[in-house]
Amino acid sequence: MVSRVPSGDRYGIKDWLVQRLTAVVMAVYTLFMTGYLLWQPVSNFAGWQELFHSLPVRLFSLIFLLSLFLHAWLGMRDIFMDYVHATLIRLGLYALVILALVAYAAWAVRILWGPA
Amino acid sequence: MRFSIYRYNPDTDSKPYMQDYTLDIEPEGNMLLDAILLIKAQDETLSVRYSCREGVCGSDGMNINGRNGLACVTPLSELKQPITLRPLSGLPVIRDLVVDMSQFLEHYRSVKPYLINHDEPGQDVERLQSPEDRAKLDGLYECILCACCTTACPSFWWNPDKFVGPAGLLQAYRFIADSRDQALNERLDDLEDPYRLFRCHSIMNCVDVCPKGLNPTQAIGKIKSLLVKRTI
Ligand code: SF4
Ligand code: SF4
Ligand code: FES
Repeated sequence: MVSRVPSGDRYGIKDWLVQRLTAVVMAVYTLFMTGYLLWQPVSNFAGWQELFHSLPVRLFSLIFLLSLFLHAWLGMRDIFMDYVHATLIRLGLYALVILALVAYAAWAVRILWGPA
Repeated sequence: MRFSIYRYNPDTDSKPYMQDYTLDIEPEGNMLLDAILLIKAQDETLSVRYSCREGVCGSDGMNINGRNGLACVTPLSELKQPITLRPLSGLPVIRDLVVDMSQFLEHYRSVKPYLINHDEPGQDVERLQSPEDRAKLDGLYECILCACCTTACPSFWWNPDKFVGPAGLLQAYRFIADSRDQALNERLDDLEDPYRLFRCHSIMNCVDVCPKGLNPTQAIGKIKSLLVKRTI
């Protein structure tokens, strides 16, 4: 017997695309940062402060972190969809992940723009 | 040759067990199904499904030394002993090596595996297709629905009731790719779903095991690129 299950929500391709785009952003940022630090090694706190004083670096870092959080959300949701089949528990886990990621995003802004 | 075969009769066994058999058979020139049928001649309680014996009907898909395949086209000489045979995983076992394919076929049915064409067919006129358009169906139409791919797919194991699975998605694309079909957008609507299509994480177990050498992952990729084209 095949059970009757509700299925057939009409979404998915945008998430799939966003997952790939954010991966590209993260790859570019990682390459950029590694390249930069190899080119111009930073050895002390003052050096880090100077690097992150520049607005482009801060913006790029923020975009990187937001990409990371979005990517993490889609990935975690996929994992829960794969393995956690009790709807209420899955919903709870979604909520926890979203709360954590939103908190991280706020925290990231504070770190990048907060008092040094 | 030594064999270790999964046995389970839900009417009499409380749980499945592995049974050992030894068989005097020349590995060269014989297929695994030949050996299974000789074993069955010794022990007629062993259940197995087969029909064509030449890789055409898709009846004898099973897990052979940990890998899904068709017994009738698997040369005995290529198998390490003891040859361990289990039913396809992820589907309910009816008995021994025979599984209940209902769920698998239900997914196949759900992709509407037939041409949808609203033009009134003329009398005694075929729906013509150019050789180029016909060529687009190569690598798709050959599927024999043996379920080796779908039952090797972890995404199907986790969500067998919702994920269409590689075989169903390959067939979905077979009709999407057909120049005579007119339901492209309905088909894409039906597939754009986090469970029906997007449980596929490109693990590619399906490509690895398909006894017909087909590539469901590529077909799934093509469905995704059509969805991308449609959305951006
Ligand atoms: S794609 Fe290959 S493995 Fe899957 S059902 Fe079709 S023939 Fe069998
Ligand atoms: S590529 Fe997709 S369909 Fe094929 S085995 Fe992996 S998850 Fe399953
Ligand atoms: S018996 Fe038909 S495919 Fe093996």
